Amino acid sequence: MKISIVVTFKKDVLDPQGKVISQTLKNMGYNNIINVRQGKFFEIELNETDKEKAKKIVEEICKKLLTNVVIEDYTINFK
Amino acid sequence: MKSSIIVFPGSNCDRDIAVALEKFQIKNQMIWHDETILPKSDLVILPGGFSYGDYLRTGCIASKSRIINDVIEHAKKGGLILGICNGFQILIETGLLPGVLLRNKKLRFVSKNVFLKVINLNNKFCLNYKKKNTIELPIAHIGGNYFANNKLLQSLEDKNLIAFKYCDKKGNINKNSNPNGSSNNIAGILNNEKNILGMMPHPERLIDPLLSGEDGSIMFESLLKSQL
Repeated sequence: MKISIVVTFKKDVLDPQGKVISQTLKNMGYNNIINVRQGKFFEIELNETDKEKAKKIVEEICKKLLTNVVIEDYTINFK
Repeated sequence: MKSSIIVFPGSNCDRDIAVALEKFQIKNQMIWHDETILPKSDLVILPGGFSYGDYLRTGCIASKSRIINDVIEHAKKGGLILGICNGFQILIETGLLPGVLLRNKKLRFVSKNVFLKVINLNNKFCLNYKKKNTIELPIAHIGGNYFANNKLLQSLEDKNLIAFKYCDKKGNINKNSNPNGSSNNIAGILNNEKNILGMMPHPERLIDPLLSGEDGSIMFESLLKSQL
């Protein structure tokens, strides 16, 4: 099973890189840009067919290693 | 006094600390991160550098090293731990110290001498700073922007767990003397029991009058004094 995970800073944590990208896009003429948040993307291949079990494992992985829950949020997508 | 420096792939301040410890006759051992048993130590040091190339988050992969279990046990028993720079980041990732270290506000690597105010003088690392509580130490990092929510900041202030704050030459703590955007100008913090200190500045680099100063020596002298 392939699972993808997106990690971003929580809403109230300053994301300087996202801010710079957002400003650059505005400078390039994209005036309708409201906000940009930069994050990380992970693709995990898991030897597991049960979706519920897989979800449990991936959530654990997210909390234990892939994110720092103090500042980051994650979203899990199944393919 | 016996110490152990934990060496990770990518550590680059480990030798500097070893030289400092040797100068103060602290018997030191270098411990590779893949070891499982920590030798009997009074003090464990997590050195600066770029452990595991700062992959994922600074200090994150190192905080899952094999030796870390024993380091946590050492901490629980009240053993001293000093985390400098990347070592501070590792302490945060292991959960031994609260809060988080973000990238510097201006996203630049900052390498320069800064002034620090020693806020907590009643811990084993800072005893001797009573004679001099505005000091100068070098910093060299890109991820030293200490961030904590208001509740945690208030608790750190109330419990007097902030060891160092960035200040100017005269000891004024203000926005202009903050090199990386840290909340409340925090440069180093202690745990509740005050046996763990994490700090971004490098005391091991100022231990020789020929190499610009001895403000770092005072920390090693404090540690020795605390063992008497």
